Order: sequence, then structure tokens, then C-alpha cells
Amino acid sequence: MGYLISIATFACIWAVLALSLNILTGYAGQVSLGHAAFFGIGAYASAMLTVKAGWSFWPAFVAAILITGVVGGFLGLPSLRVRHDFLVLATMGINFVVIAIFKYVSFFGGALGIIGIKKPALFGWTLRGPWFLALAALYLVLTLWISAYLSRTWAGLALTALREDEDAAEAVGVSVPRFKIYAFAISAALAGGAGSLYAHFLGSVFPDHFAFVESIGIMSMVVFGGIGTLRGPVVGAFILKALPEYLRFVGDYRYAIYGGVLVLMMLFQPQGILGDNSWLWNKIRRRIND
Amino acid sequence: MHERAPLLQIANLVVKYGHIQALHGVSLDVQPGEAVAILGANGAGKSTIVRAVSGWVKPAAGRILYAGEEITTLPSWDRAARGMALVPEGGHVFRDMTVEENLRLGAYLESDPRTVRERMEYVYTLFPVLKERRRQIARTMSGGEQQMLAIGRAVMRNPQLLVVDEVSMGLAPVLVDTVFEALRQLKEEGVSMLIVEQNAHETLNVVDRGYVLENGRIVLEGMADDLREDPRVQAAYLGG
Repeated sequence: MGYLISIATFACIWAVLALSLNILTGYAGQVSLGHAAFFGIGAYASAMLTVKAGWSFWPAFVAAILITGVVGGFLGLPSLRVRHDFLVLATMGINFVVIAIFKYVSFFGGALGIIGIKKPALFGWTLRGPWFLALAALYLVLTLWISAYLSRTWAGLALTALREDEDAAEAVGVSVPRFKIYAFAISAALAGGAGSLYAHFLGSVFPDHFAFVESIGIMSMVVFGGIGTLRGPVVGAFILKALPEYLRFVGDYRYAIYGGVLVLMMLFQPQGILGDNSWLWNKIRRRIND
Repeated sequence: MHERAPLLQIANLVVKYGHIQALHGVSLDVQPGEAVAILGANGAGKSTIVRAVSGWVKPAAGRILYAGEEITTLPSWDRAARGMALVPEGGHVFRDMTVEENLRLGAYLESDPRTVRERMEYVYTLFPVLKERRRQIARTMSGGEQQMLAIGRAVMRNPQLLVVDEVSMGLAPVLVDTVFEALRQLKEEGVSMLIVEQNAHETLNVVDRGYVLENGRIVLEGMADDLREDPRVQAAYLGG
């Protein structure tokens, strides 16, 4: 039971990561292969604030979200100068740089990481097992709500406009640079919160937890489920995160699965298994409508 | 009545792409309520003027003034906020959005939903076909319909100045008529226009004045009627 709960907790955290990347890439069209960097920044911020500065979880959680959001806004600056494939390369570079800083700057604990991160407590009562899962699920719901809100409002329309045609978006009055930075900041902030939860769930953080392959993993969840939708990244994260954890022998091939998923989805179902007009989603909708 | 400032004034505009100079000091103006054409062959620099006016390229020299204020280095979205709307070459519609979403984005800077709805209805009277297709995804429509949508999107802005770039390019003749009829109607409602075109014949029927551009220089300017009679224009752009 405990094992399932811990898998479910991981799945919730990764669903948040996938949804937050989806805001950046699915809504705003800024393809990033460095999302794990934001995950890591949130995790390290929260770990350092609690372990080294002695904060309790809750303020550290909020601070991790804010810090990652601000850093994300700054790291989004390259997107104002480069587009498409060059932006992909720039975000990859950012991921490597962030990991290198965690690894080689002793202030961040170096390769030994940070250990002894406590679980959150509420009124003197430690949240563990199902209670921690409830916290992660709550954060997932919040992320879903923010995503849904963004996709419905004026801001969401502006993000979609810049994804589709930056020049035309500017011509209708959308301040493209501002919305790109918004997208990076919001996306990073949500991922930072996921990082904080991850750090306090695991009790320790190491640089390699946030390496480039994790960025690939998050991207493959978004692409697998259906980029640009709400349901897609969540389903993608639950399947691609929970399944390999549950089936241990599959877990050994996790990275092969992430890579394979990306290649196969791009070839056969680029809109994802549950994207609009995908084979499966059309089937489900037909079943519901009948 | 005192004389009003031109709505758009371009003075000695120079634009370079790398080492290639596209415009060699172009000056022109559009008065309030006036429709002005820029005619010229492919590669004359017509679209470069549009790109500079809309803020997509930075001029190497010269000034652009809008309603008397300098906008030469202002970003595109600020120009839109001042009342300028663009119908870009090729339409540049938001391809994966519906007609209605495209139109809503055209009124991006307008926050009152009732105004947005009124303007949308107005666009639908201008182009009834857009109303029929309002739920259709833009990329699935014909080139002509996308051009109408691009004009409609610009009209949603309720612009003072409409900048239209090569709107007839690649359109069937019957659609060219529809599009120019809409421009004529907009002009009657007081919208000022800068129309950049290769189709001199249709354009001169809509505009008050025109400039002829060759190799990045204005070689001729005059009232529409005079340009139509000008032997050089006839030879070059009206098929003799």
C-alpha cells in the first residue's frame, strides 16, 4: 500500500511538471528541453531554506515557487532573441548549466546533494504517506485550475496567438516579449513548487535528479498525452511515470521508453494519444456521445 | 479650419537588409480619411515600407510619424494600440484558431465584450461568408477566405489607419472584387488606408492618391485619376 501511495505521489508531482511545461510549450509554443532545471531550482531552494536556513516547509514551499518563477522569467530572456530550434538548444544549455552549478558549487552541497530534508508538518503533525499524497494531489488540482484559467482568459488567447504567429500577434497588439516572459515565469513557478514537494517527499536532493534526461522525460509525458490539452499531460505523466515505477523491470528501460515515446508519437500521433482529433480521443468521444 | 497633421508621415525612410538597401529615402504621407496606394513591381520595396510602418523592421535612417508623434522605433504592439491595424501579406491568420477566435484576437486591445460583439457583427456584414464559417479552423479555408479574415481581424481593431499589404495576391478575380469592395466600404466609413498593391487597376479605383515605387525610390506620385491616365503607369502596371 505504502508503495502505491508513493508511486501516486510521484505521479502527481510529475503531472504538475508536465502541465507546467505544457503552459510554456503547449500554450505559448516555446519548446523547452530544460524544464528539469526549474524542477531542480525549486527543489534546491526549498531544501536549502529548510535545512540550512531552518525555515519550516510552508514558507519554503511558497518561496521556492516565487524564486523559481523569478529565475524562470530571467531564463526566458533568450526566447526574446531566438526562436524554434535555437530556443530548444538554449533551454538544453540552461539545464546543463543549472545542474553544473548544483554539482560544483559547494554552497549547494556539491555532488553529495542536500540530505535531511524534513516532511511538512501541519499543527505539529507530520504529513506522510496518504497525507503527503493529498498535499501533492491538491497542488496538482491547483495547477490544473491555473492551466484551465489561462487557457480560457485573454492571456491564454495571447499565448496561443504568439504560438501560432508571433508577427501577427504583435500586429494585433499582443506584447510578445512580455507574454513569453510570463509563460516562462508561470511555467517555472509551478515546476518549482513540484520541486519543493519532491525534495520534502524524498528527504534528499542530488544534482542528477534534475538532469537533462528528466527534461526529456517530462517532454515525452506532455507529447504522449497530448500537447496543448489539460487531460493529456496528466494522463501522460501518470502512465509514463507510474508504470515504470510499478513494473520494476520496465523501470530499467525508463529512458529508452521516454525516447521511444517521443520518436513514435512524432511519427504516428503527434497530437498525443488524447490530443484533439487523435485516434483514441475520437473513439472516446464517440463512445460518450452515443 | 486649420490644417490637420497627416495621420501617417514617412520621411526619408532608409531600410537595409544586411548590405542590401531596400529603401533609398522614401517620403510619403496619408492624410486623415484618405486612402493612399503604393504601387510597384515585385521587389520594388513596397512590402518593406509596410514592414517599417508596422514595426517589423527597424529603419536604418528616416522617421515615421503617426498622428504627429514619432513611432520610428516603437514596437508593433504599441503601434496597434495607437490605432493602426495591419493586413499582412499572405494574411498571417492564426491558422489553428477558428474564424471567431481570430476576430476576437483582432480586438485584443478592446476589453468591453459588447464592443467586441458589435465589431464582429460589423465584420460579418462586410464578409458574410465569415459568419457562415465562424466555427471553422482558419487553415482549412481558401486563400481568399483567409484574406477576408485577415481584413476582418484588422477591422476588429476599429483602426484609424488600415495598412494593407498585397491583399489581392493569388486571389481569383471574383474574390479580388469582393476584397476591394470591402476596402471601399471601409474608406467610406472614414478609415484611412495605406494600400500596397501590384494590382494597380483595382487599387486606383479605391484610393484617392498613389505613389509609384521603383527600386526603393518613389518615382511618381499623384491623384488616382492622374495616375490612371499616366502613360508610364499604363505601360508598367495597367497592361498598356
